[in-house]
Amino acid sequence: MAYPAEVRKLYQDQIKVMREAGILKEERFICSPQAADIEVEFPAGSPLKKVINMCANNYLGLSSHPEVIKAAHEGLDRRGFGLSSVRFICGTQDLHRQLEEKMSEFLGTEDTILFPSCMDANAGVFEAILTKEDVIISDRLVHASLIDGIRLCSAMNDSYKHSDLEHLEQKLQMYQDKRLRLVVTDGVFSMDGDAAKLDKMVELCDKYNAMLLVDDSHATGFIGKTGRGTHEKFGVMGKIDVITTTFGKALGGATGGCVSGRKELVEMCRQKARPYLFSNTVAPMIIAGVLKVLDILSATTERRDKLEKNTNYWRKGLTEAGFIVKEGDTPIVPVMLYNAKLAQDFSVALYEEGIYAIGFFFPVVPQGQARIRTQLSAAHEIHHLDKALKAFTKVGKKFDILHKTKQEIIDKYGM
Amino acid sequence: MDELKEVIKNYVSNEYLEPDSDPIDYETPLISGGIVDSFSMVSLKRFLENKYHIQIPDDKATPEAFDSVNKIAELVKEFVKA
Repeated sequence: MAYPAEVRKLYQDQIKVMREAGILKEERFICSPQAADIEVEFPAGSPLKKVINMCANNYLGLSSHPEVIKAAHEGLDRRGFGLSSVRFICGTQDLHRQLEEKMSEFLGTEDTILFPSCMDANAGVFEAILTKEDVIISDRLVHASLIDGIRLCSAMNDSYKHSDLEHLEQKLQMYQDKRLRLVVTDGVFSMDGDAAKLDKMVELCDKYNAMLLVDDSHATGFIGKTGRGTHEKFGVMGKIDVITTTFGKALGGATGGCVSGRKELVEMCRQKARPYLFSNTVAPMIIAGVLKVLDILSATTERRDKLEKNTNYWRKGLTEAGFIVKEGDTPIVPVMLYNAKLAQDFSVALYEEGIYAIGFFFPVVPQGQARIRTQLSAAHEIHHLDKALKAFTKVGKKFDILHKTKQEIIDKYGM
Repeated sequence: MDELKEVIKNYVSNEYLEPDSDPIDYETPLISGGIVDSFSMVSLKRFLENKYHIQIPDDKATPEAFDSVNKIAELVKEFVKA
């Protein structure tokens, strides 16, 4: 052991700097199931407070759905708590293969492989399918897990300006000498809530002989007419070479993710992806719960339709109240505040009004782009949204940011 | 040398700056200043190699060597001469 006082102080000083800058992240303890109404202990040791949750990835309100819970219970009873193994030794049950087949059917792909999370899927997929002879060209705002996966891969990597397809085309032209080209994007961008123009991207990839990988974690289950994802919204189902996505958001919100797409690419992941080879299999009860989620979503679009209505109501309400809201039509609705400390303070003030919504700032979003990211759910009723709008307006007035321009907010609070 | 610096400055401005970004000069820290990320550095290197018909070895293409227009120009000059 070597943890002398000066080493301890080094870390204490770093934490102190973050605390003083108002950017230290603190967890809030939720003492109820995930839902529109939750009970929270915050700060630690405080009495429980009932608040409306406006920042969960529980887009379809299935995280605590009775049928999903029942299916998970049955999975637990029939297939046990855990498997104490990675997939390829003795960690693959019939349920795992069933879910892989159902996900392929749901997404309209050739094959699917499960991972412990989508973070793991993204960490493993690039190195499994590319070599140093190849190039990865990614949108500059892709999720951190894609960036990490790309860094773990020996292929050359480059990036294009966010959603700038002219810039992407220049990059595709530049790398025609490479063996393989892989373009990488989020389907719906997690921090801004805008969607990648997948129809145009598929055209470009066809023209320049490139594969396309889409992380659809913030889309699977609710984007597109039947909720299949961003590829459905843009009419390019069957044309995306690799989709990575999660079960940790709309699809029940527990854990787990997958790589889905061309069968040879999926097979390469099964043979070579390190998080698949060296991490435990997903627990049977989770698989059983997600199978039930897919049954529910395949039977009706009622939940995704309600989510769409809620989203429109919320966006309109915030805009009319005088907030600067990032444009888009997805249930990720960022309220722009620009300054990190303001975002933190705004979040605390909202909490006092009974609204749970978290401030996001660098490094989660670029410097000077701090915000409150609100997220809608099919679990919200109009009365939840009305109460939240009232609270946002009250806090917005308190900080004097309503009907102000970006520059006016920055002049008042700094970047 | 000034022409080389202008070429680099223009490329970096077009490639990495957003419409509302502050303009850069020859000394602006590019990588340590968060203007060019390590992912994007590769296309800058490739651009320079193609334009000046040079090969910059990976061990020379460090974030420090790419941290300003002046530093990049020095690096390019070294290989153009060689």
